[in-house]
Amino acid sequence: MSITLKNVSYCYNQGTAMEAHALKNVNLEIPDGQFIGLIGHTGSGKSTLIQHLNGLVRATSGEIWYGDRNIYEEGFRMKELRSKVGLVFQYPEHQLFEIDVFTDVCFGPKNLGLDQDEIKRRAVESLSLVGLDESYYEKSPFELSGGEKRRVAIAGVLAMRPEVLILDEPTAGLDPKGRDDILDQVAYLQKERQITVVLVSHSMEDVAKYVDRIIVMNHGEAVFDGSVKEVFSHYKELEAIGLAAPQVTYLMHGLKEKGFDVDENATTIEEAKASILSALGR
Amino acid sequence: MRSITLGQYYPVESPIHKLDPRVKLAVTLLYVFSLFFAKGPVGYLIAAFFLALYICVSNVPFSFIVRGLKPIIFLLIFSVIFNVLLTPGEVLARFWIFRITKEGLSLAFYMGIRLIFLIIGSSMMTYTTTPNQLTDGLEKSLGFLRKVHFPIHEISMMMSIALRFIPILVEETDKIMKAQMARGADFEEGNLIQRAKNLIPLLVPLFISAFRRATDLAMAMEARCYHGGEGRTKMKPLHYERRDFVAYGAAACYLGLIIVARVLL
Amino acid sequence: MGIIKTAKLIYEYVQHDEENKVAEVNRAVDAVDIDIETGEFVAVLGHNGSGKSTLAKHMNALLLPTEGTIWVGEDDTKNEGALWKIRQTAGMVFQNPDNQIVASIVEEDVGFGPENMGVETRKIWERVDESLKAVGMTAYRTFSPNRLSGGQKQRVAIAGVMAMRPKCIVLDEPTAMLDPNGRKEVIRTVRELNEKENITVILITHYMEEAISADRIIVMDDGKVVMEGKPKEVFSQVDRLKEYRLDVPQMTELAFELRKEGLTLPEDILTIEEMVEALCRLR
Repeated sequence: MSITLKNVSYCYNQGTAMEAHALKNVNLEIPDGQFIGLIGHTGSGKSTLIQHLNGLVRATSGEIWYGDRNIYEEGFRMKELRSKVGLVFQYPEHQLFEIDVFTDVCFGPKNLGLDQDEIKRRAVESLSLVGLDESYYEKSPFELSGGEKRRVAIAGVLAMRPEVLILDEPTAGLDPKGRDDILDQVAYLQKERQITVVLVSHSMEDVAKYVDRIIVMNHGEAVFDGSVKEVFSHYKELEAIGLAAPQVTYLMHGLKEKGFDVDENATTIEEAKASILSALGR
Repeated sequence: MRSITLGQYYPVESPIHKLDPRVKLAVTLLYVFSLFFAKGPVGYLIAAFFLALYICVSNVPFSFIVRGLKPIIFLLIFSVIFNVLLTPGEVLARFWIFRITKEGLSLAFYMGIRLIFLIIGSSMMTYTTTPNQLTDGLEKSLGFLRKVHFPIHEISMMMSIALRFIPILVEETDKIMKAQMARGADFEEGNLIQRAKNLIPLLVPLFISAFRRATDLAMAMEARCYHGGEGRTKMKPLHYERRDFVAYGAAACYLGLIIVARVLL
Repeated sequence: MGIIKTAKLIYEYVQHDEENKVAEVNRAVDAVDIDIETGEFVAVLGHNGSGKSTLAKHMNALLLPTEGTIWVGEDDTKNEGALWKIRQTAGMVFQNPDNQIVASIVEEDVGFGPENMGVETRKIWERVDESLKAVGMTAYRTFSPNRLSGGQKQRVAIAGVMAMRPKCIVLDEPTAMLDPNGRKEVIRTVRELNEKENITVILITHYMEEAISADRIIVMDDGKVVMEGKPKEVFSQVDRLKEYRLDVPQMTELAFELRKEGLTLPEDILTIEEMVEALCRLR
C-alpha cells in the first residue's frame, strides 16, 4: 500500500530553548512498487524521516497515511504497520542477539504472533532471499563475516514480509564486492516481489544505478523529488547543499563543453558508454 | 531520563567553576559533615547562608538547582511524613491512630531542611566540576593510596572513560531499541517477568557493543603508548592558586561559626 | 632503509578448542615483503578479511609476527625494549571514531599520547596546539567529542597521533564509517600532513578514489601482497582487481568498457579530466 505524508514536521525539544526542527513540512507520496533513493548529507533529516514511515517517531504535526488509514488515528495498530513497513537500520548487524542465525531471523515473525510453521517457513524463505543456505542456520551470528551478518539482519526484517522495505545505508563499511552483492540482492527482491524499496545512500553512483526516483533532503525539507535524471540535472544546486552528482554526469558535462554531442543527463556507466559511442559515430 | 538535572555539569563561567576540584571535594565533604553537626535555628541559618552564597557565586541558576531536587521529592515527602507521625512527645493534634506532636513537627522540619541542603550541597559539586576534573581531583587527593598499592590512577581512568561513553551508550540503547521495535518487539507490554524477558533483545546487543568498544578503545590506548600511571605526566596538572586558599579559608570560617553556634547556643 | 620494512612476515590466528588444543589455524598474513620509504603515501587495498588490518597492526606492534620480521624505524618489533619508541614512530588511527577518543574534551584527548610518553606539561601544550592546528581543529579544542561530526572526530584522532610526533601514520580504514564529506575532510588532512610535514602515510581503505592520489598502491588478497605499483599501473588491470573483489575508479571502469568496444583509450585513465582529454584526442 502507498504511504502519504501530509505536511509532516518533527521538532526536537519542543517548547524549550533547544527547539530544533528535524523535519519541516514534508509532503511525499510513496506509491507501490517504486525503488526510491533518499539522499542528503548527515543531519539533513533523512534518518528522522524514515523512522516516521513505520511509526517509530511520531510527527509533531502533520499526517501520515498508510493506504487509506491515518496512522495517528485512534486504534491504529502500530505493530502491524511495522511489519508492513520494514526498516533496516544502519549497521543492522548490531541488533543480532540470538544464539543462532535461524532463531534470530525468527524474532520478527514470532513477534507478529504467527504459528510455529509459518515462522519457520518465513525464516527459511527470507534467509534464502539474502543468499544464505542451510549451512548457516545453526551458526552463531557473531562468528560470521561483516557482510554475512548484515544479510542475516536484513533477512530478519524480510521475515516480517514487509510491503515496503527501507534500508538506511545498507552498504556502510562493506568492501566493494560486499556493497554490490547487497544492492544487487535488494534490486532483485524489489523486482521479484514487487515491493517498494527506499534506499538511503551516500553514494550517488549507487543511487543512479539502482533507483527510479530520488528524494533529496536538506535541513529537514524535501528539496528535490523526481526521476534520477531530473534530480541530477540540478547538480549545481546539489553541490551547494553538500551533495554531488555521479562522476559520469560531470564527465558528460565536460565532454559537452568540448563540443561532443553527448547526453548530459547520463548517470550510469552503461548510459555514458552508449552516449559516447554514438557521439563518436560508432 | 533527559530531564534529570541532578549530577549534571552546568557549563557557565564562575569563580566556583574555576576552583581546584580538590577544594570543591573538601568543601563538599565538610559541608555534608557540618549539616549533621549544626543545631538549632541559628546553625541552620548559617548553613543556609553559606549555601546561598555558594550558589550565588557559582552562577548556576536557582531554578536549575530546584529542578535537580525533583527525583528525590518522594524520598523527602516520605521522610517528613514519617517523622511527623511517628515521633513521640507533646501531642498537638490527633486523628484516627495518628498523633502529631510538637517534637515530630520540629524533627520533620529539620530533617527536611537537612536533606534538601545535603542534596543541593553535594550536587553543587557536580554542577560546577566537569567529570574529568572530578576524577583528576579524586586521583590527586587520594594519591596517597598508591603507596599501599591501591590502583587509584587506574580507577580514576576507568571513571573518566565511563563518563565519556555514557552518552554514546545511551544513544546506542535508543538505536537498538528502535531496531528491535522495527522487528515487532514491544518493550511496554506484559507483566514484570514478561517485560524483563523482553529486554533480552536490547541487552544482549548492548553488551556486545560495549565489549567491542572496550576492546577497540584498549587497543587505541595502547597504540598511543598508554601503560598505566607510571611515568605519566599531566597536561593539566592541579595547582593551588590564591582563590583556592581563599575558598579553604571561607570554609574554615563557616565551620568555626557552626561550632560556635552549637557550643554557645 | 625505509621506515617500515617486512621480511617474510607471517601471522596466524590460532583458535583453541575446549581442551586447549589447536582447533583451527588461520593464516591472516602470508609471507609479506614490503618496504615503505620515508615520506611515501601508500594505499593498501583489499577486500574484508584479506589481511590488511592484521598487517597494519604489526606496524604498531599491537600484533607480533608468528614468523618473519617487521622493522619500524630501526627497530625489530619483537624487541620489547623498543615498544614505546615503535608506537611513537608509527602512530595508528582506527576505523571507529568514537572508540579511539579517550578524553571528554578535544584538547585533552590530543594530549593523551604525550602524557603517556611523559612529556613535560609545558611541552604537551605546545604539541597539542601544533597538532590541532595541523588538522584544522583548533576552533574545537574545548568541545566535547560527542558534539563533533564523524570527520571531525577522525581529525581529532589524527591530531592525537600527531602530538606524539610520529614519522609515520598508519590509518586502518579511517573513512569506512564516514559520509562523503567526512571522507574528503579526512583524506585532505592526511594528504596535507604527508605533503607539508613529510609524514609517511599508510592508508588502508575500501574506497578506490582515496587511493588514486597515493604514491603507491599495495593490493592484498588472502594474506598475500598480490599487486603493487603506482595507481595507474594497478588500476589499469581492471579484470585482476575484480578478481580480488575490488572496484576500480568509475572513469577507469568506463574506459575499460569503451576499450572493449574498440576505442583506443589509454589503460591508465583515473580521473574525469583524463577521460575528457583522451576522448578529445579520438575525434
